[in-house]
Amino acid sequence: MFKMTQDSIERTSQELVTATSRVKRGLAEMLRGGVIMDVVNADQAKIAEDAGAVAVMALERVPADIRRDGGVARMSDPVLIEEIQNSVSIPVMAKARIGHFVEAQILESMAVDYIDESEVLTPADEAHHIDKWAFRVPFVCGATNLGEALRRISEGAALIRSKGEAGTGNVVEAVRHLRAILGDIRKIGQADSAELYAWAKELRAPYELVAEIANRGELPVPLFCAGGLATPADAGLVMQLGAQAVFVGSGIFKSSDPAKRARAIVEATTHYKDPAILAKVSRNLGPAMVGIEMDSVDLHMAERGW
Amino acid sequence: MATHPVRLPDDLFGLSHLVIPGGESTAISKLMYSSGLVEAIKDAIRDGLAVFGTCAGMIILASEILGGRDDQVRLGAIDITVARNAFGRQVNSFETQLSIKGLDDVAMQAAFIRAPVVTRVGGDVDVMASVDYDFGNGTVSVPVVCRNEKVLVTSFHPEVTNDSRLHRLFLNDF
Repeated sequence: MFKMTQDSIERTSQELVTATSRVKRGLAEMLRGGVIMDVVNADQAKIAEDAGAVAVMALERVPADIRRDGGVARMSDPVLIEEIQNSVSIPVMAKARIGHFVEAQILESMAVDYIDESEVLTPADEAHHIDKWAFRVPFVCGATNLGEALRRISEGAALIRSKGEAGTGNVVEAVRHLRAILGDIRKIGQADSAELYAWAKELRAPYELVAEIANRGELPVPLFCAGGLATPADAGLVMQLGAQAVFVGSGIFKSSDPAKRARAIVEATTHYKDPAILAKVSRNLGPAMVGIEMDSVDLHMAERGW
Repeated sequence: MATHPVRLPDDLFGLSHLVIPGGESTAISKLMYSSGLVEAIKDAIRDGLAVFGTCAGMIILASEILGGRDDQVRLGAIDITVARNAFGRQVNSFETQLSIKGLDDVAMQAAFIRAPVVTRVGGDVDVMASVDYDFGNGTVSVPVVCRNEKVLVTSFHPEVTNDSRLHRLFLNDF
């Protein structure tokens, strides 16, 4: 039987430490099993939160519009980010251009919860990604293969996502990137100690991270999926392949009924192993975004970054 | 000890202990309603299920929520008031060492991530650990581990460290 006790709690002196790898990666851990939705304004952010999004990603234009309109895509107007922060209680992420550490400094000063150093925006530096260790805010970065993922982690990324091919409504590239990353992790799990050095050379990644993967059997940070997801079944597919959460961009707000599709993708991501529930939530969603076949894609965003 | 994830009411069958982990309490609420878990968990708690809630789990188990959405789940299984995200945004997330009453003398490393703040504790609730925190008006003592007979709550995340002492306490003492 539980009894109340009145003795005082003895304490050691408490030092509070912020911006550790554990709290940076920890927020990503808390988003696992959830859906992060691209939004361009406060109204869309509210629809996302109402639908059960675990976070929203603020950006200037959704990728499908960036493809259609062209031009240089940059960080959002701070006013829009602030309006989004004030309109929802879930974490707010925002995109900065690859290598544009000043956009990242601005986003950090606004206390966004995560910065996405994103290939969806026009890169600002053709040789260098941002030194992410220099920031208190955690970063998510895209990757098309394991070497790229490990290079981003060595630069300080606290979360990796597949790049996919954003704004196409076509999941094929996201599947390719997930399989590439997870397939190589499985192979490294079988490698002997000498082979780990060859893996590090082949992946152009630090040996220490390769050894850590051999040891853990997974990345040292969470792995989410992004790029081209448009349906509840797409979410189920990438979750069953081994993604731990999904980002959905144009797929929601370029569909005919965003609120309903957003709710359905949230349900699908939670119940990803249950085809009966996937069938139920896939009914009567109206037309999905039209989508583009890869042969007719002119701008390959996934090739940005190195 | 056998464990399995709970996504649907049928998953509660045969459970003696339930963990409601960290996450976003608003998103978890939506999924608990659509799956029928809200009523099922309330019934199970009434029938003696022990529950351990961390961060979002603490919010969902609390009797009063400040800064929440009107439509979010409030199970009222422990008489505390919590303010969501009241330690601030992610840049304010922190780690510290805690001495926890009922555990051995070794301090526990605790990660607070956009954590809730307990602002009131009811008469039948035991505070097992606190942190001294300055919200801008001088340092105050904030409860961060609380319990009653069947419910244990923490505003930090024991699930992101390798220290399982609180989980052991939950299994042995609840």
